Amino acid sequence: MIAHAVFFYLFSFIAIVSAIMVTAARNTVHSVFFLILDFISISCLFIMIGAEFLGMIMLIVYVGAVAVLFLFVVMMLNVAQQKNQWFGSSKSSSHIPVGLLVSLIIFFELIIVIGGWKYKPDLLDSKTIIISETTTNTHSLGNVLYTDYIHLFQLSGMILLVAMIGAIVLTFRQREGLKRQSYISQISREKKDGVQVVEVPNNKGVKIDV
Amino acid sequence: MFEVGLGHYLTLGAIIFTIGLVGIFLNRKNVIVLLMSIELILLAVNINLVAFSIFINDLAGQIFTLFILTVAAAEAAIGLAIIVVYFRNSGTIRVEEIENLKG
Repeated sequence: MIAHAVFFYLFSFIAIVSAIMVTAARNTVHSVFFLILDFISISCLFIMIGAEFLGMIMLIVYVGAVAVLFLFVVMMLNVAQQKNQWFGSSKSSSHIPVGLLVSLIIFFELIIVIGGWKYKPDLLDSKTIIISETTTNTHSLGNVLYTDYIHLFQLSGMILLVAMIGAIVLTFRQREGLKRQSYISQISREKKDGVQVVEVPNNKGVKIDV
Repeated sequence: MFEVGLGHYLTLGAIIFTIGLVGIFLNRKNVIVLLMSIELILLAVNINLVAFSIFINDLAGQIFTLFILTVAAAEAAIGLAIIVVYFRNSGTIRVEEIENLKG
């Protein structure tokens, strides 16, 4: 139990510090690195409390795809040198106290909710899928994900497809003066256009006008 | 203190949520950092869902987290594509210079 607590505090400390650094780092590339550190420590927490499939998926999806996408865009747009500051705006800084105030109020509201929160007695009875002791986390997730939640699963696949097509359509750009492969003319090419049979006289050779 | 319960995880989620919120409110320089703050907020929501799922002993929360993960990935891809297009058109993604909608 003590080891659990120690690791919980360690990982949550790393997560909170790196979350602060994500928003406060002056260099955008450093922000992305701290975001990766944050995701890794949170996925360690997930694995620790027994949601190991989600922890691993978190590593794969966030660290392997999303964070690398961020890094890619940051380097492609060359904004890494453009410094990122919290209070650096000279034009309008009147929104900063209001923003801080609203964030503090939201934080204290959340803390109040957590502090006063108790289990409703019938909440424990309203379980939909009970976590089984004998099967592994991945196994039990797969048991319900492909049966009870199959429509939601397919819907999330559609969301990913739409996102992929949207990203391609948004960033696609037709450039002038590029030599491209023309599939239509390649496929519609026939034998009589490409091949010419010529009678070659002996010792003379042949001259073809191209 | 050494008994880590549901409240600890919920507090961690609240702290990370607030940090993401502060990042959105106070950032004046870079839209990419704004997107990263949104990712932090979604991460905090995921922490809450997984903690409830484990401590109530109900698997539905973890399935919900999976779908939130999907939506977050799609949102990051679309958002970054929009940022790339905006940078290509206007040459800047500084928050204080994006003022086309002021009219």
